[in-house]
Amino acid sequence: MAENKTVRFIVTRQDTPDSAPYEEEFVLPYRQNMNVISALMEIRRNPVNAKGEETVPVSWDMNCLEEVCGACSMVINGKPRQSCTALVDKLEQPIRLEPMKTFPVIRDLQVDRSRMFDSLKRVKAWIPIDGTYDLGPGPRMPERKRQWAYELSKCMTCGVCLEACPNVNSKSDFIGPAPLSQVRLFNAHPTGEMNKAERLEAIMGDGGLTNCGNSQNCVQSCPKGIPLTTSIAALNRDTSIQAFKNFFGSDQV
Amino acid sequence: MARNQEFLWRRLHSLLGVIPVGLFLVQHLVINHFATQGPEAFNNAAHFMEGLPFRIFLEVFVIYLPLLFHAIYGIYIAFTAKNNTSRYGYFRNWMFMLQRITGIITLVFIAWHVWETRIAAAFGAEVNFNMMADILASPFMFIFYVVGVLSAIFHFANGLWSFLVSWGITVSPRSQVISTYVTIGIFVVLSVIGIRALVAFI
Ligand code: SF4
Ligand code: FES
Repeated sequence: MAENKTVRFIVTRQDTPDSAPYEEEFVLPYRQNMNVISALMEIRRNPVNAKGEETVPVSWDMNCLEEVCGACSMVINGKPRQSCTALVDKLEQPIRLEPMKTFPVIRDLQVDRSRMFDSLKRVKAWIPIDGTYDLGPGPRMPERKRQWAYELSKCMTCGVCLEACPNVNSKSDFIGPAPLSQVRLFNAHPTGEMNKAERLEAIMGDGGLTNCGNSQNCVQSCPKGIPLTTSIAALNRDTSIQAFKNFFGSDQV
Repeated sequence: MARNQEFLWRRLHSLLGVIPVGLFLVQHLVINHFATQGPEAFNNAAHFMEGLPFRIFLEVFVIYLPLLFHAIYGIYIAFTAKNNTSRYGYFRNWMFMLQRITGIITLVFIAWHVWETRIAAAFGAEVNFNMMADILASPFMFIFYVVGVLSAIFHFANGLWSFLVSWGITVSPRSQVISTYVTIGIFVVLSVIGIRALVAFI
């Protein structure tokens, strides 16, 4: 019995960015410690669907294979997550694979997450230290704060939190939780803090922070356990203060 | 709409929902509660409110304009969400959806309620205990009022929770849990007050 155990997959496929999606079923021989990516590789090796017909291999994205790059995210049995760490033994069968439809689908399970990278640019999620001469070492960061900031820095721009958010969709231009939390990270850095107001003003723009409706799905879904809703609430406080400063003026820079 | 006005509109929406609209709701429910002490007590309380100086200005600036803005912008917010409680059945996600549903129900209810009472009054009807007793004598209207009142109270209580987050008052997860309990308490207390008043009319 154990020798001919199989695994059943139902994959939502789409041939081009504009064509209609359809489902295709695959039955694969079970192997120990199989994960969703190794199963997809198996399909690539032998692209035959459950009806025994030859088909085109499923396309998907991947890179690190250890849940640090975020590229392999897809919706597995209804929940967005990384396919490289989705163990077949822990999933209910048939295993349903769908692309994260919040993003434009390129093909099959492959999506285009550019909007997230654009958002990071928009909120200036970096610390500007480039210049024409050496500025010397920056202020030091307390160790406890460094450890706290490290948690926020684990974000891999995977897009799971955007997929889970009811306010990120085609009807709204909300940038989503991930780039907001990055603002908190860079504003907490002793050097990054020098550009705090700029980043706050970026997220006070259209499609920014106030689009959050507190469904808090993001914090439940983030594979890195990033305290997204705490970041958002903290930024709400910071932007409240910033808005007062902007309106009434302030003698503090 | 001009660019980058959204922050202002959203924050205004959040603020107006509590001050003055939320406070008005509480005051209205408390006045209604006089009905439990009999028609006379209710009529006196209602007449006192009617007799407030500058009544029309109070109504316009404390009730109509803020409520209208909150309602119209709220419809826009409600319809830009794509609810997903079937996939993500978390408590807060349910509250998120219920906030939008109760908002719409409350809007329908208030529109009807204003038509039936305040607009009727402008055409000469007298708003008093008997008027409400007549309306609530119909079982259908009674249920409609119960649903409407509960929706409005839920929308206020849960809205107060998100108000605290939106203005950055409750930031830590613990403070948000505590405010969840506090707002549930507010919901229960106001619901008892509201339902008791409704029942008093029948
Ligand atoms: S915050 Fe979490 S869920 Fe969102 S993109 Fe970053 S790692 Fe992914
Ligand atoms: S391949 Fe990098 S997270 Fe899965």
